[in-house]
Amino acid sequence: MASPPLDLARPGPRRPARRRRSLVGWRFVSPFMALFALVFLAPIGYSIYLSMYKTKLIGGTQFVGLQNYGDAIHDSQFWTSFARVALFLVVQVPIMLGLALLLALAIDSGRLYGAAFFRISVFLPYAVPAVVATLMWSFMYGTQFGLVRDIDKHLGVTLPDPLSPHLILASIGNIVTWEWVGYNMLILYSALRVVNPSLYEAAAIEGAGQFRIIWAIKLPALRPALVIATIFSIIGSFQLFNEPSILKHLAPNAITTYYTPNYYAYSLSFEGQQFNYSATIAIVMGVATMIVAYAVQLRGMRKAV
Amino acid sequence: MTSQTMKSSRVRTATPPLRAKARRAPHLRRKSVTLTVLCSVMAAYTLLPLAWLAINATKTQQNLFTSFGLWFKGFGFFSNVGSTFSYENGIFGRWLLNTLLYVVVGAGGATMLATLAGYGLAKFDFVGKKAVFAVVIGAVAVPATALAVPTFLMFSKMGLTDTPWAIILPSLISPFGLYLMWTFSSEAVPAEIMESARMDGAGEFRTFFSVSLPLLAPGIVTVLLFNVVTTWNNYFLPLIMLKDQNWYPLTLGLSTWNDQAHTAGGDVVFNLVITGALITIIPLIAAFLLLQRYWQSGLSAGSVKG
Repeated sequence: MASPPLDLARPGPRRPARRRRSLVGWRFVSPFMALFALVFLAPIGYSIYLSMYKTKLIGGTQFVGLQNYGDAIHDSQFWTSFARVALFLVVQVPIMLGLALLLALAIDSGRLYGAAFFRISVFLPYAVPAVVATLMWSFMYGTQFGLVRDIDKHLGVTLPDPLSPHLILASIGNIVTWEWVGYNMLILYSALRVVNPSLYEAAAIEGAGQFRIIWAIKLPALRPALVIATIFSIIGSFQLFNEPSILKHLAPNAITTYYTPNYYAYSLSFEGQQFNYSATIAIVMGVATMIVAYAVQLRGMRKAV
Repeated sequence: MTSQTMKSSRVRTATPPLRAKARRAPHLRRKSVTLTVLCSVMAAYTLLPLAWLAINATKTQQNLFTSFGLWFKGFGFFSNVGSTFSYENGIFGRWLLNTLLYVVVGAGGATMLATLAGYGLAKFDFVGKKAVFAVVIGAVAVPATALAVPTFLMFSKMGLTDTPWAIILPSLISPFGLYLMWTFSSEAVPAEIMESARMDGAGEFRTFFSVSLPLLAPGIVTVLLFNVVTTWNNYFLPLIMLKDQNWYPLTLGLSTWNDQAHTAGGDVVFNLVITGALITIIPLIAAFLLLQRYWQSGLSAGSVKG
């Protein structure tokens, strides 16, 4: 350590240099952060502010504290929509990730003819907008000129209508699975590609079969990628909006204005002008999503240790 | 990181020692017909709707209703494309240009910002770095749609709704892109290379552009491609931000045309919806097919830390 007088006499080149570098880091990061503050932090702050106010017929907009949150807790429409996406999450996400996992293992196994073809063809739906995916599937589901009608006509059967109220959630699940299975496959497949091949060699020398290798080497290697894919899928399920909103015109009886929490928040704002309550619903869903995502992450990581 | 990925795949396919081992475990190399058939079922599932779309884009509206969905009847593809671009004074072309504008400025800008910031986070120490990181990673978990309503209200006070800015500004931020560029930069750019560039007297930005940027290319292409998809496919944001059809992107335009059929007195234009949908997806599918090598290596690199 240099003594103070020396320090004063000779401002060592080290300190200013380090300080300059610290500014350099900010110069790279600050354009991102400035916009981030505008389109992420400000809206979050603003919606918290909004959620504490209420517009009343008499007296205009008033501060009501946490009253909107109390209303949300007792709002049966909100809970109906929440239960629906929870059901969707519990059924659709495991099916989609299961398929993605099987595909990733199959493509990585080196035992497929034309593995590259399968990799790209399963992934392609990711490049298709949700709007187009929903339009395509809704045409195929349709009884006017869809495949359902064709099958009915040519085979002389009557298939259940995929757009009827009790089947529409499954039909949406099919669309979402179609859109995202390849993307998840690719995340898992990429994680498999970086497994050190000498592990497989060692396992083969010890006489381990394919399933043993999958169980003992590949699945543990996939855990972090699976955790990430699960978290993205949870966020996606809780945000469900595009598919039901486009199908609504085809199945107005099956899809209500509070079909999903996000749809509910949208309807409240843009059909009901209840911006304050809509912001409350959005915050509740945001917090719920973060809690579930965080829990999955903790659980996934704990198992890894 | 790319180098390691390449190395490992090379080791796995070609080196003699593995060949020798493979004799002991011949099942490792034998192709399986059963497995291939099972995967073909899956590929049929993913490709079927696309085939349906391509086939039905060749049909006139009347033939759509009277023919089998997975086979051709008549050939009206070019007249469909013509009508798609001329319907309602050619508004589809306008939507296409809008989409391109949002993609070039939004996704391009988002990739630039994410690259700069990811590199800054990976390669420099600075005051507040941990806070930046925590806030941005926390933001990944915030449902983007939860922000939509407050963003709309904020933008409408600022007079930005119903302008291209309402779509472009939110598209410029991609926390996931930042995360990917951060992991990618910390692996792909060795500190020694930066140090030697500094020794040669290059400033930090000069070092970034001439030394680091080429090393970051696979990561940048990956992030760019994913940002392009997100922006090109954006529906929710335009839906709430835009009233004026002249600023619609393709996705919103198509769903408006589709809705016409279900409104009383609306013009039924299913053949245009189908043809327009096909035109909408072709550029992205082409980009993914052509750029395969880049985004696949970029993703593997991102997954190391993930």
